[in-house]
Amino acid sequence: MSTTTSAAPQTRSGDGKITYTPVDGRLLDVEDLHVEFHTEDGVAKAINGVSFHLDQGESLAILGESGSGKSVTAQAIMGILDMPPAKIPEGAIKYCGLDLLTMPDDQRRWVRGAEIAMIFQDALSSLNPVFPVGWQIAEMFRQHRGMNKSDSLAQAVRLMERVSIPAAKDRVKAYPHQFSGGMRQRIMIAMAIALDPAVLIADEPTTALDVTVQAQIMALLQELQQERQMGLILITHDLGVVADVADRIAVMYAGRLVETANVYDLYAKPAHPYTRGLLESIPRLDQKGQTLAAIGGLPPNLLRIPPGCAFNPRCRMAQDICRTDRPELREVAPGRKSACHFAEEVLDA
Amino acid sequence: MSESAVLVEGAEAQAAGGDVGDARSLGADAWRSLRKSPFFWVSAVLILIFLLMAIWPSLFTSTDPTKAVLKEARSRPSDAAWFGRDIQGYDIYARVIYGARASILVGVLTTVFTVLLGGAIGTLAAYAGGWVDSLVSRITDIFFAIPLLLGAILFMAALSGTMTGYFGVIFKVVMALTLLGWPSLARLMRSSVLQVLPNDYVQAARALGASPWRIIRSHIIPNAMGPMIVVSTINLGAYIAAEATLSFLGIGLTPPVISWGVSINDAIVGLRTTPHMLLFPSLFLSITVLAFIMLGDAIRDAFDPKSR
Amino acid sequence: MGKYIVRRLLQMIPVIIGTTFLIFYMVFAMPGDPTAGKCGERPCSAAYIQKYRAEHNLDDPLPIQYGKYVAKLAQGDLGTNQYGVKVKDDLQKRYLVTGKLALMAIAVEVVVGILAGILAGIRKGKFVDNLVLVSTLFVISIPVFVIGALAQYFIGVRTGLFPVTVSSKATFYELTMPALVLGSLSIAYVARLTRTNLVENLRADYVRTAIAKGLSRRRAVGLHALRNSMIPVITFVGFDFGALLGGAIVTERIFNIQGVGGYIFRGIQMRDGVAVVGAVTALVIIYLFVNLLVDILYGVLDPRISHE
Repeated sequence: MSTTTSAAPQTRSGDGKITYTPVDGRLLDVEDLHVEFHTEDGVAKAINGVSFHLDQGESLAILGESGSGKSVTAQAIMGILDMPPAKIPEGAIKYCGLDLLTMPDDQRRWVRGAEIAMIFQDALSSLNPVFPVGWQIAEMFRQHRGMNKSDSLAQAVRLMERVSIPAAKDRVKAYPHQFSGGMRQRIMIAMAIALDPAVLIADEPTTALDVTVQAQIMALLQELQQERQMGLILITHDLGVVADVADRIAVMYAGRLVETANVYDLYAKPAHPYTRGLLESIPRLDQKGQTLAAIGGLPPNLLRIPPGCAFNPRCRMAQDICRTDRPELREVAPGRKSACHFAEEVLDA
Repeated sequence: MSESAVLVEGAEAQAAGGDVGDARSLGADAWRSLRKSPFFWVSAVLILIFLLMAIWPSLFTSTDPTKAVLKEARSRPSDAAWFGRDIQGYDIYARVIYGARASILVGVLTTVFTVLLGGAIGTLAAYAGGWVDSLVSRITDIFFAIPLLLGAILFMAALSGTMTGYFGVIFKVVMALTLLGWPSLARLMRSSVLQVLPNDYVQAARALGASPWRIIRSHIIPNAMGPMIVVSTINLGAYIAAEATLSFLGIGLTPPVISWGVSINDAIVGLRTTPHMLLFPSLFLSITVLAFIMLGDAIRDAFDPKSR
Repeated sequence: MGKYIVRRLLQMIPVIIGTTFLIFYMVFAMPGDPTAGKCGERPCSAAYIQKYRAEHNLDDPLPIQYGKYVAKLAQGDLGTNQYGVKVKDDLQKRYLVTGKLALMAIAVEVVVGILAGILAGIRKGKFVDNLVLVSTLFVISIPVFVIGALAQYFIGVRTGLFPVTVSSKATFYELTMPALVLGSLSIAYVARLTRTNLVENLRADYVRTAIAKGLSRRRAVGLHALRNSMIPVITFVGFDFGALLGGAIVTERIFNIQGVGGYIFRGIQMRDGVAVVGAVTALVIIYLFVNLLVDILYGVLDPRISHE
């Protein structure tokens, strides 16, 4: 194990499991993460050097189109990528100072679900159709805490009540298909927060839901996050969802971060043409009558990411340098970074 | 869309290996992946050879399969008789070649009849719905409740003594297997038609006032028959095996008709001393069955990439 | 659930009537004089023939004959066979043997088939997977009677591990090899079905959730994915029961087993209609009840299927 071990105070409890304690409130450090997918057609570079961090009680939104690598990032943190075809050739994912990528498998398994938990987009397919929902929530307590059947079921009822499922006691034996979409997502959430994880990753938690239900689920997530001081990573393509919940936003494009900023700064003044494009494509009440500006074209094929800035073929501001030199993510204003050769111009525009 | 975006899309399409978008139909897509499957080519070539064998046996051998050389009976494979000779002194190679016709005829005809009968009944039940569906489904259940082999044995026994010629017996076997084979295809077709019916293109055709026959012919059948084609390709092999089993039990084809089942039945008694008599007809039979199963598997994989 | 079972039982009545009529029709359409050969070498006396024909209602039209038969059947009377033995008594003994054989075949099918399927599924694309895929394809393509003859010769005669034929006692040990032969085709199908379903379910979102919950891979695969993969497999085993009973005719003939299959076959050869109809009717009714059981079990295994 690396030197970071000594820097973070870990204690081993009686049963040999490690108790993880964040140093200076720092939960997660993702450092220069690379993920590739080895397919028949070639190597798809899904993530190409992504670094960010997450503190206790903080919410970070990772924003991007499909194929930008945001979900892959989440899955890499959880350790649920299928390897192969996925491969992590470089990088580190440190949880409380310990690198999850070099951790022995059985140790990492206890991190999953207990320390870092995840909510998926489609609750119907993510819950096992043949087991009652209560049983599936209770499984967390039985497997991680060695709790017996009746105690763990009582815990499941308590959690279902916490996420506001009506008549939780009666419904604990019901199956996933017997719930509405919103209720199913609440069950996913109950399962994820069961063991009081320090980090909660929500991968497009509301995409499959009706707009009114979306708001309720987001409100629930925010409430739980504040109540438990969790670090929340919200993966989404929907800028509207982000505004209320996130403290910081990281924008991803073609497997790289192109901009990071706190939420107010980003909405007020984006520092990357891609972010600006995203913001301009949201309909706004105060600008009624104007044509919405969509970003032309499609995200690049990850098998052949264009040289220079990956966004250059779609960028209105692209110059010659954008087609040859890749811009690094650099600080362009206090507390905010952008990976654009012309970030200052974008910011001043 | 900007010019650069078009360029990106073009590059993507090339990377994906060809034309992208709605222009490519499911069938063309399946054919593209079928072409790449070695199993498809191996089975297709084998089936082609067996079909040729059935239609034109003299292409493969000039030996008369009914010419008995008694003094060489049971002889092992040699230069003169590649696969050896059987108990009557017949040339096994020639008999195996001529035996293909019975198996291929039974397999192909039964498959054609079960597809026509099962497909029509299944489509009718699903399209008509209501009491027609209930009635047809119960009738299907009645035939479905009789196991294939058992029912075929009863059927052959009931018609024993009639139609004793070569084609007569083959026709009886085909009828027996069709009578008991159609219900599974009818059930399959009914469920695929039920899946196709709610689709927008069917509803649109209805709203436009197309006749039921036209809707069925040009919208429902082309979209619902995929699973039935796959299953009946695999079944074709099973029907060939069933024919051989009936011959083995002595109620299918019987000597002097030349068929793999008859040859196998003759050879089983002498398994201990003359295994070559069993080997060659069994081998040909198995390879034929295998070829159709492989073809069915390959077609299914091509239409449903998930199953790989 | 209770309502569902009652409805299914009611639906079964017309199916049983239809199926038994079909069987009745086929059996009594068998050509030849049913009283021929009943009186040894001599032709039967006119008085005997008249008595026999009256007893079996042979002078009535077929539907009436059938009606009278069903009326007796409903009282549990299956009639007497050519030798004057009650068919019911015969069948009781015979079904014990065939039942034992079929259950052993199912046990082998379930244990070996599922294990092989799981091994192949979790090592998809590896050596074990290819071994299972190729060997099952072999088993599927070789007719059961060839497999039976080969097993009898190589395992029975050559090594002497198992007896070559089965005595009238039909012990567990004697039935082991016949059960393996009878179940061989189904083992192959179960293995392939298990593999396909497991491979598909391993990619399912809920397995990813199970891993994300911090469960061991063993639990995520062995409980979450496998539980879902077993649903179609168990359904298949249930529906395959009918094919197994039909296949028993072949297996019982090869190993000389005194079971129902042999009884039906001998009945057909001897033109003993009463015996054949009784045996086949019992078989079909058993099969229909097994199917009902499977449907009910299906609803229990898969909570998404509603029987309301």
